[in-house]
Amino acid sequence: MVNGKLSVMEGSMAVAQAIKACRPAVISAYPITPQTHIIEFLAQMVANGELDAEYIRADSEFSAISILAGASATGVRTYTASSSQGLLLMTEMIYYLAGTRLPVVLTGANRQVTAPIGLQPDHQDTMSFRDAGMIELYVEDVQEAYDTHLQAFKIAEDHDILLPIMVCMDGFVLTHVFEPVKLFSQEDVDAFLPPYQPIHYLTPETPMVFGSGTDEPNTMEFHYVGHQASLRAIDKIKAVAHEFEAIFGHYRGDLLDTYATEDAEIILVAMGSVIGTIREAVDGLRKEGLKVGVVKVRSFRPFPAEALRQAVSHAGVVAVLDRALSYGYQGILATDVKSALYDAKQRPLVLGLMVGFGGREVNLESIRKIVRRAQQALDTGHIPDETEFLDLKTDTLPHASKVDR
Amino acid sequence: MDQIMLNRYENTLFTPGHRACPGCGASIAVRAILEATGPDVFVVSPTGCLETFTAQYPYSPWGVPWLHVLFENAGAVASGVEAALKKRGLADKIKVVIIGGDGGTHDIGMGALSGMLERGHNVTYICYDNEAYMNTGVQRSSATPVGASTATSPLGKQSWGKERPKKNLPAIAMAHGAPYVATASIAYPKDITRKVKQALSIQGPKYIEIHSPCPIGWGFDSALTIEIARLAVQTGLVPIYEAFLGQPLKVRKLGKRIPVNDYLRQQKRFRHLVEDQSNQEHLAQIQAIADENIARYGL
Repeated sequence: MVNGKLSVMEGSMAVAQAIKACRPAVISAYPITPQTHIIEFLAQMVANGELDAEYIRADSEFSAISILAGASATGVRTYTASSSQGLLLMTEMIYYLAGTRLPVVLTGANRQVTAPIGLQPDHQDTMSFRDAGMIELYVEDVQEAYDTHLQAFKIAEDHDILLPIMVCMDGFVLTHVFEPVKLFSQEDVDAFLPPYQPIHYLTPETPMVFGSGTDEPNTMEFHYVGHQASLRAIDKIKAVAHEFEAIFGHYRGDLLDTYATEDAEIILVAMGSVIGTIREAVDGLRKEGLKVGVVKVRSFRPFPAEALRQAVSHAGVVAVLDRALSYGYQGILATDVKSALYDAKQRPLVLGLMVGFGGREVNLESIRKIVRRAQQALDTGHIPDETEFLDLKTDTLPHASKVDR
Repeated sequence: MDQIMLNRYENTLFTPGHRACPGCGASIAVRAILEATGPDVFVVSPTGCLETFTAQYPYSPWGVPWLHVLFENAGAVASGVEAALKKRGLADKIKVVIIGGDGGTHDIGMGALSGMLERGHNVTYICYDNEAYMNTGVQRSSATPVGASTATSPLGKQSWGKERPKKNLPAIAMAHGAPYVATASIAYPKDITRKVKQALSIQGPKYIEIHSPCPIGWGFDSALTIEIARLAVQTGLVPIYEAFLGQPLKVRKLGKRIPVNDYLRQQKRFRHLVEDQSNQEHLAQIQAIADENIARYGL
């Protein structure tokens, strides 16, 4: 166990420090707000000779991730970061990386998706990769962003996993905030994360083909093995958090995190930076005698269905705070929570709430309002609206915009 | 299986048994290219005919490491391969070569190619130009020549084929300041091999475009691929040259020059221009392109 050095720094700098400590051989990126500080800090580290990486300024996010596919297939550790449209432009490649089992590490600095164009965070960008085969971890503060990036390489590059991985952190709220962070020495990080040992890669000794074609004869089998790898990550994410604790002294990781849930009648489920606000609200509500708790979903894919069932199935109501929506159905996290609970012996009511789109503030009063909704549901045994938009400004909406169904 | 194939054809890096159509120009280009590279090369290919006919899991004719990613990003992928080779200490030993079709090069992959050229990666990008999307059934690309009838620029009452001339991608590569740009034809495989060797001897991004007729897509007898390729060059429609940065073009002279008619009439995609009197004006337009090439390049 080692003591890290505590310093106050911007979230983007903490990420850059983590990446530097992980010694990627090739970094490629294209600028987009709010990811920019991360890639600027890394560029400066390379320019200063502090980081010995090939840093390729790509002509688009699509090229950046394609460059990393080439580098990863050539057997080296790779990294990029992006946001919003930039991530969406990478979409085709994320499926490829998962299919060819290339463990590229990404930071998703969350930002709303155009249209309307806007800079502030929600989760619509990163959650759109739900079915792409990539592992996605959501963090709530800067220390967790630092810790999780160190863990991400170890999870993705494990020979039982070999999948791309994205650490998702809310843009501005985490990328541009200054917080105290415990950084670890290069020596300790090296002890935690050894150099990448690829199994399948381009090398002259054994000429290998990457990215060949098949359809009916083998495609199902390819997807089966990819799915199994993602399922294996459920245990691997936990194991890596324990290895991290053994070296660095604090346990930060796992698939989900619970707070005050043991006896809770109402449990809020959410991801990302809003968790800090919810914890504080829970403390206040507990003092008032309300049995409220919170579950932070840290790993969105693989989805921790069993852990979630154990954490919430005893509650009366689960309120899911969603920052991403599937038009024509419901909040994306809410639908996952509901499907996980279908197999539970005891099923709580699930209340879905759309919150924080385009960075709209979710404060202590918002959480109290959500808990009041949950209490009403608990009292009446009924959910009046499965997809309520919290604090919707109804006076700006066109007439008859609400569809009752 | 792979090992058996390699042992049996130990002198070739691109074995027989792949799924190219009879008379495929692209496969002739690949053999001439690998003749130049030898075994110490990583080949990157975008999606296209070459990818389809050489990489059906679990078979492969490739005797060198080969990487296919997507349709539109070969320039970027190869940039990453090159960067990783530097980090592995193999940059001096292993050459990085892209071999892709005109769709993946002139159209959907041009952004990634431009990025690769601008950043100056030590990669040789080779396009086998068969002048349309052959793998998907002969649709027009920006490398399709004017007047050619394709599945998406079909002949009709209101159409005489593709209305726009071919995109001049070698000129675009030169405009990036690439140290070496060349054109070639599968009619002259030794010239291909020489030019690829030349490219590999120069540091930085190189671009080579190889005119590669397609019997299926162009509509000619598969025994005539080389002959058709030679006619294209002899008309002046396909100028063959090398461009070293900052120097005058080194041009392959035509010798005996032939009218474009002799080339066009042997291909179904152009036959309407030759046989239908109402297309005289369009035929003259194509002859003018050949004449202009001859004057401009000094063929």
